[in-house]
Amino acid sequence: MSQPIENLDEVLKNHKLSKEEYRDILRILDGRHPNIVEIGIFSAMWSEHCSYKSSKKYLNGFPTKAPWVIQGPGENAGVIDIGDGMAAVFKMESHNHPSFIEPFQGAATGVGGILRDIFTMGARPVANLNALRFGRVRGDSDINKYQRHLVRGVVDGIGSYGNCMGVPTIGGEVSFDESYNGNILVNAFSLGLVKSDEIFLGVASGIGNPVMYVGSKTGRDGLGGAVMSSDSFTEESKSLRPTVQVGDPFTEKLLLEACLELFKTDHVVGIQDMGAAGLTSSAFEMAGKTGAGLIMHLDKVPAREEGMMPYDFMLSESQERMLICAKKGSEQAIIDIFEKWELDVAVIGEVTDTQRMELLWHGEQVCDMPIAPVSEEAPILDRPTARPAYLDEVNAKSVDDYAKVDDQEAYEKLLAPLEVVDKAWVYNQYDSMVQTNTTKEPGSLDASCIRIKENGRALAMSSDCNPRYCYIDPKKGAALAVVESGRNVAMSGARPLSITDCLNYGNPENPEVMWQFAQGCEGIKEACLELNTPVVSGNVSLYNETNGVSVYPTPAIAMVGLNDDENKVLPSHFQEEGSQIILLGETKGEFGGSLYIKELFGETSGTLPSFDYSAELRLWELVIEANKKGLLKSAKDVNVGGIAIALSKMAAVSNKGIVAEVAVKESRDIFDESQSRALVEVSKENIEAFGKMAMDLGISVSMIGQVGGDKVKVNNVELPLEEVKDIYFNTFTRTIEQDL
Amino acid sequence: MKVAVLRFPGTNCEFDTQYAFEKLGHTTQLVWHEDEKLPEGIDLVVVPGGFSYGDYLRSGSIARFSSVMKAVQDYAKEGGKVLGICNGFQILTEAGLLPGALKRNNNLHFISKHQNLCVINNDNAFLNKCGKGEVLNIPIAHADGNYYIDDEGFKELEANGQILLRYSDKEGNPVVVNGSVTSIAGVCNEDKNVFGLMPHPERALEAILGSEDGIKMLQGFEA
Repeated sequence: MSQPIENLDEVLKNHKLSKEEYRDILRILDGRHPNIVEIGIFSAMWSEHCSYKSSKKYLNGFPTKAPWVIQGPGENAGVIDIGDGMAAVFKMESHNHPSFIEPFQGAATGVGGILRDIFTMGARPVANLNALRFGRVRGDSDINKYQRHLVRGVVDGIGSYGNCMGVPTIGGEVSFDESYNGNILVNAFSLGLVKSDEIFLGVASGIGNPVMYVGSKTGRDGLGGAVMSSDSFTEESKSLRPTVQVGDPFTEKLLLEACLELFKTDHVVGIQDMGAAGLTSSAFEMAGKTGAGLIMHLDKVPAREEGMMPYDFMLSESQERMLICAKKGSEQAIIDIFEKWELDVAVIGEVTDTQRMELLWHGEQVCDMPIAPVSEEAPILDRPTARPAYLDEVNAKSVDDYAKVDDQEAYEKLLAPLEVVDKAWVYNQYDSMVQTNTTKEPGSLDASCIRIKENGRALAMSSDCNPRYCYIDPKKGAALAVVESGRNVAMSGARPLSITDCLNYGNPENPEVMWQFAQGCEGIKEACLELNTPVVSGNVSLYNETNGVSVYPTPAIAMVGLNDDENKVLPSHFQEEGSQIILLGETKGEFGGSLYIKELFGETSGTLPSFDYSAELRLWELVIEANKKGLLKSAKDVNVGGIAIALSKMAAVSNKGIVAEVAVKESRDIFDESQSRALVEVSKENIEAFGKMAMDLGISVSMIGQVGGDKVKVNNVELPLEEVKDIYFNTFTRTIEQDL
Repeated sequence: MKVAVLRFPGTNCEFDTQYAFEKLGHTTQLVWHEDEKLPEGIDLVVVPGGFSYGDYLRSGSIARFSSVMKAVQDYAKEGGKVLGICNGFQILTEAGLLPGALKRNNNLHFISKHQNLCVINNDNAFLNKCGKGEVLNIPIAHADGNYYIDDEGFKELEANGQILLRYSDKEGNPVVVNGSVTSIAGVCNEDKNVFGLMPHPERALEAILGSEDGIKMLQGFEA
């Protein structure tokens, strides 16, 4: 065993370990001082990123069960039953810090990481989404220019990785707010398909079974990445660029095909990808879950360069690597498969009965510690919380406190924000059609859909979060993120089943941020219970803070739903001239956290009203059942910018005009953001049958207009269709490419 | 028909291609890049889309050296029919089986979207079920689709009727999509047995995917 550490204080500081944690380490090692390898291991395993030490307390209460849930949180990804022996495996994960430092590689490796989480489970990834939050991109300041650079780099990175992997990126969301000026959010979602009885887990068991390393060689890239992601940003953060991993989608594609080939055999006990904290976390997690011990010879790990030390091997975050626990005697068969795909493969250790992690370097022991206290018993913190001071001020305001604005002027301003307009500049850089399953593409509004070749059904998925709502009311805002993702899924005719989440918050050491986080979890819990859409997987990203400024609370929610018939995926834009547009739900004049106040007055203020889950569920029921009966031509939810903006988007995408008259109390209410509303397109002969269904479910119905003509007119505001289309389709490119 | 579908490290449209031909009632067989022979009794070789060798060095430039491509060269020399789609087109130009080269798109971005194509020549084994001047709606998805050929080569293409498809608007007028010379989207060799195109006909066989126009393209090989 190598020497104890001399300059201990400095080493602990560099590894972000506290004095209390060091006392725990001494206890776990039975009083022995750790060496540098062991310090590195504790540091990585107990980092916020790996241990969830600040968040665990709140995540434990999430609803995670339903008859269709096959695997809830705790594995590489969640799994739900989608009928006929098929299962969907999905998860969302953040890659925020790396993407701010190096947007192309940061975003690319974010996609690579989430894809490995999916195919580690035995599933072939079939659809990707991403949720991106940038700072202010309009303007000439250095911040604006850098943000535009980040948009271009992140999109390029996501495209380059997903495209090369042959996994379609079928949708997502992109929004912008000053709160992300110093800390962008890059959340990547992936979904894979697998037969329900062919799911693989990240476990190591069976004394004497070999532990095998497959994939890329290990280099020094990404060293300490998990620790880096567990800290706030400062001016010095740019010097952290070497901690960003470099992705190689070609190698990952080979790894995907090799793993799927391996999974058809009977050689595997368990498999885990090497993500954050690399070999350390994969080895500890695999053994920790079963109570096994492991012995690993680090000198047998394939290395990219000479001179690497045990510390480097354990903490490198080199991409495209997996750890496999194989059945004894299967070594050669596994070697053959990975060599066929021109990947590195090596037997590096075996399962023991010691419940300890023993690491050797050319025969010399460099680590010997019990596994459970490190992996399963990482510290859980109960950080102080405090209701943020800003809330009183923002909640005290209402839309009436602002000057009156001419409705036409408001309409033209609300149509142009980048979060509203079409994002073809983004999604045209993603191959959305490979695998030939995409039936509702990016740009077609609301949820994205793929058909399932194996069973003739379709999956709908949507990623949503309105950070303005979460800022003015962290609990209801988070709940509404769940609600909106579910509503989008329901609008495609699919039944929402389960969510994955990516909880992006600021610095947990700030009690106000911790309060936001706790409230956000409460909101998700409440919504998932009420809507019966359990959480099956997820990720927490804290320390999204730069120079003391935290991002808006941003719990991104991705909902997955099932449509029983691949041929009945409901579009979200107008299908036919002359058909009737019906508004479902009530318009109550809600402007809390609205686009209206943000765009016209530059503020995020107001309150969110109490929410009626029953009304929401009845709305979903109505659209899903009416679609089954063939009564609907299209359906779209009403969200930011209200009815006027929703109708304008439908008109632009369909290249069809609309004249609508909506009964409202105040004329500005065509921009209000009341929940549980939708616009549906119904042909004349079906109006009666649909009206009756709505009445039976107690949903208010207003016939507001007909599809057709060459203008978009909603009450007292209007623009020629051509002008709406020009704004809708060209604004994004004009803004993002202005520096080129 | 019996269709051989090549598989290189990094190929990612091999299963889509198999699915498409099988949907049209044909049998397919995957052929590994290290194989030195093509299967017996095949009617068509398809070099499918994807990122063979990660597009490293230059799209298609490494795959052309594979064992199976030597077999494809011989097969084509004897008059066998070969279709390259997207990365397959790139590989065929790199292998010298098709004239010209494919450069980075002129906007330097990957471009994925539904695209109208105008049929320029249909007196060949591929597009014989499509009308001359007919407009087809077929997805494109590529970063290196900017077709280049020198003036002399272009004149030969035109004179021999080797230009298969051009990117177009709904009316069939050429449009600039990626910077290709005269908006060329697909060409064939002089003997009209080797075909290459950037768009993906195998993605356009079903109405729920947005287009069925790929059917008559792939069915061309049945005749």
